Amino acid sequence: MKRQIPVILVGMFGLFMIFQYFVPHESSEWVYEFLLDWTIIIGIFAMALGLWSLYRVSVEKIKTRKPAWGYNYLTLCGLFTMMFFGFTTQNGEAWGWFFPFLVSANLVLVLMIQASVNKGGRGLFLGLAGVFLVACVVIIVFDNTWGFHFETAQGLQSTMFRAFFDHILIPIFATMFSLLAFFIASAAYRAFRARNVMATLLLLAALIVMLRFHPFYGPLTPYIAPFMSKTSNWLMNVPNLAAQRAIIIGVGLGIVATALKVILGIERGYMGKG
Amino acid sequence: MDIFEKLMRLDRRWVFLFLIVVCVLTYAFDFEIPVLVEPEVEAIFDFVDTLPAGSVVMIPIDYDPGSLAELHPMTYAIVEQCWRKEIKLIFSALSQNSPGMADQAIRDISDSLKVEKEYNGVVYPPREIVNGVDYCFLGYKPYPAIIILSMGQNFRLPFPLDYYGTPLDSLPMMRNIQNYDDVACVIDISGTNSTDYWISYGQGRYGFPLAIGVTGVSTAQYYPFYGSGQIFGIMGGMLGAAQYEQLADNPGLAKDGMRVQWSAHMVIILFIILGNVGYFVSRYRARREERR
Amino acid sequence: MKLKLLVLCLLLSCFSVASAQEGTSPPEDTLLFDSTLLPAPVTNLVAFDTENDHGHAITLEWEISVDDGAGKQSVAMYEVFRWVPDLMTAIPSFRDTLDYLKLRTSSSWSEPEPGSRTDSIHSVFAKLDMAQLEQKKETLERTIGQAIRDLPAAHAAYPENGSWQQVAVAPSGSVTAEDVGTKEKDSPDYLPDYSDFYYRVNAVTADPDIRTPSEIFGPVQSYGQWFNLGRLAVFVFVMIFGFLTIFFVSHARRGADLYVRPLAGIEAVDDAIGRATEMGRPILYVMGLGTADQIATIASFTILGRVAKRVAEYQTKLMVPAYESVVMAVAQEVVKTAYYDAGRPDDYKEDIVFFVTSLQFAYVAAVNGLMLRELPATNVYMGKFFAESLLLAETGAVAGSIQIAGTDEIAQIPFFIVACDYTLIGEELYAASAYLGREPILLGSLKAQDWAKAAVIILVLAGLILANLGVGNDWAWANNIVDFFRVVD
Repeated sequence: MKRQIPVILVGMFGLFMIFQYFVPHESSEWVYEFLLDWTIIIGIFAMALGLWSLYRVSVEKIKTRKPAWGYNYLTLCGLFTMMFFGFTTQNGEAWGWFFPFLVSANLVLVLMIQASVNKGGRGLFLGLAGVFLVACVVIIVFDNTWGFHFETAQGLQSTMFRAFFDHILIPIFATMFSLLAFFIASAAYRAFRARNVMATLLLLAALIVMLRFHPFYGPLTPYIAPFMSKTSNWLMNVPNLAAQRAIIIGVGLGIVATALKVILGIERGYMGKG
Repeated sequence: MDIFEKLMRLDRRWVFLFLIVVCVLTYAFDFEIPVLVEPEVEAIFDFVDTLPAGSVVMIPIDYDPGSLAELHPMTYAIVEQCWRKEIKLIFSALSQNSPGMADQAIRDISDSLKVEKEYNGVVYPPREIVNGVDYCFLGYKPYPAIIILSMGQNFRLPFPLDYYGTPLDSLPMMRNIQNYDDVACVIDISGTNSTDYWISYGQGRYGFPLAIGVTGVSTAQYYPFYGSGQIFGIMGGMLGAAQYEQLADNPGLAKDGMRVQWSAHMVIILFIILGNVGYFVSRYRARREERR
Repeated sequence: MKLKLLVLCLLLSCFSVASAQEGTSPPEDTLLFDSTLLPAPVTNLVAFDTENDHGHAITLEWEISVDDGAGKQSVAMYEVFRWVPDLMTAIPSFRDTLDYLKLRTSSSWSEPEPGSRTDSIHSVFAKLDMAQLEQKKETLERTIGQAIRDLPAAHAAYPENGSWQQVAVAPSGSVTAEDVGTKEKDSPDYLPDYSDFYYRVNAVTADPDIRTPSEIFGPVQSYGQWFNLGRLAVFVFVMIFGFLTIFFVSHARRGADLYVRPLAGIEAVDDAIGRATEMGRPILYVMGLGTADQIATIASFTILGRVAKRVAEYQTKLMVPAYESVVMAVAQEVVKTAYYDAGRPDDYKEDIVFFVTSLQFAYVAAVNGLMLRELPATNVYMGKFFAESLLLAETGAVAGSIQIAGTDEIAQIPFFIVACDYTLIGEELYAASAYLGREPILLGSLKAQDWAKAAVIILVLAGLILANLGVGNDWAWANNIVDFFRVVD
């Protein structure tokens, strides 16, 4: 029964979604919109599962003192801090006790985790956590310079969230992405060898496509640039297009086949049953 | 081990080092790289250029800070063109960190319009860009495929409020805009797979004119859709943005970055040539050994 | 009935504050000019419900004026007019009043800007107290609801209590236009279904005051369809494909021997797990950045199930870092079931599958860190991958792992081919689950896919020939067949 109900549900909703594509009537649109709303709601609830998993795995690593376990504290404090920045913002110009609150709250988090993973000294950690918790409560009650705003827009307008986004997240991500240039350089160096006729063709095509972007050949520009441009356009629009279309048609059919298998209950891998 | 064998077994860290040195040095010198405009970029520029003032264009910003270097210049180029031509914009953000990117772009571009500037041969007086009148920023919701489908029914289904918490009906420009039927085109700037969703669930289902701006590496992947007419234009990577800037006669972030990209490409080509020289010499020697 | 509507209109207009309609319509009647300047009217005007839609739209067709492109050549455009009852015109004003009342009774009320529309409404209601405002609000809500329900009757009262309003414009040379409304009852563009609409089309010259109206056409009603004929070709294809799948699956169940081409990448999975066991190092299974609703991720779940089962049998360590929380929840269930199936439920631990982050490059950093710390013997990448593919695969190569990848993201396939030992290209990823299981019913579906591919190839060739024949020789039958396969939205 535990297995049959999901299969029936998948089949029912899957078939509805197939037929909905062919039925433009208002009533079918109504059901369709209703289902779309539900999918979003389910997805948002699942986020909580993810956060719980992250917390549990991090605490487990701290507990077992896995290599580089200290970074797990950084992960959890970072998670809490960014969420805090997302929901809070200053009410006027002054910051007041905003940052002492943040530090105290992070300390409460760290000390509570320490208390849960350490057998010895549990009382000390819990006591200290209690002290910082009281400090947090006092700040929340008496400090009016900042407040909680449970709206994304308010959060994103918050100075600290924006500062962290603009000056920490953006550079880190841009750096990670730029690593790709180095890896592509080294991969190209190793892969583009004229080992046989096909590999030589691939190599030549790659060179032409790379060079077409930069008609920068000094005095030879008027002769070479148009040739490179035309050839590379041909390469992109004819052989590239043909190969991609073949893969896309194959992938498209594969998608339809797999979707049908899922809807008909033949493929149950997603439930842990192959 | 002679030089050719060393070339064959070159540690990748030497490649990395050489590449970074060349890129940094190139950035220190200012010279311009000529750019050839391709028809797939020109198609987008011309489409926007011929729209009458007051038209509405939707620009989904679906990229994270990671793809900023390639995709931000595209957003800046298109948004500036639209606002110069008094076209109204609807922004959405279907990737987790893209609201921050869109917010940054909107702030920067509206600030840049506050001063008098020559754009494509015309001098434009300072102009104030007003939220709700010149643009509407819908904000972020997870599950792009579902959001794209819902927006086809009505923008208010997934986004009853805009990014700043205002009901869509309260925004003057959104009063008569229900769904994709009311926008002239959608230009998706994306560093994620949301482009696939815009093509299959958006254009495929609702049939609006769609153009895309994607990272250089994924450009080739979308040519079949350009060939089939499902998208009317493609901008690929920083080069695509540079071509757009060239068309608008308005050099910006992309044209500035082209010389670094050019030098990086040259380094890669140089290493490919060196690798092949090493390969051929080693193979020639091995064969000679065999004959002996 | 007419009297009732009239009374309703009068009652409602007490709530509405008279103001000019936004976007004034051009004068509806032809002005008196020298009749020789007037263009000839359009002829044979017909209006009908727009096909293959959810209703709320009417399509109009006509024959162009003889002065359009010929004759006096004076027609610049066509304006489409619909007869609209006063009740329908009044509803937006009632809504403005209702919006005002809602705002006034909410906590966010502030005095309106002098001279604004809200201010003019406010001047009527300024003296009412909160209880009276609430009462007015409720009455108005009920009245608007009733007015919307009465719209079909108001349309049926043509030509009483209504006027002509412009609903569409078409450039000269056009022979068709569409009057599209929405189904949203609280939208200003709401167009009620099953109501009698009347249309006329004006031929307009460059001087917008010189125009000639056509004959009036009506009544015509809009309604939603239960089948989109424009998508018939897709429907037929889905039906045939579904039938083929069921046929081959039942054929396979009866014991038919189905040959499937060997996939090196999949055959390598077992060896790679064996290698990891011998080396005493873990196996890293990366599902990519896909969400649980994507087919590549669903295929990856199935492969994960097989890998986890084998891993459980060999008692090797498995690590599955997840990018998305729903994927994580499903993957945990898949791995758990695999351990149970392998008869080793005690070896299953919740943290085999764990959530890392939903940020692309933070995920890369975490997985790369894991590779360099744990030095897995085998890395399996199956699912949706984007810019991170090469970052992951190159780091895996540095860590000395055997790498097996599979993705349907075409742009990433070259990167995996360069950096991995085995790569499943495109649809091979979907076939892998069937191949790994060797279950006849899954192999049967692969066979159906092959047949469909053959059909696509034949159709592509046939379409190519027919389209060219149709163009050159103007053969209607060839064009009709090509049109059948054209999906219309």
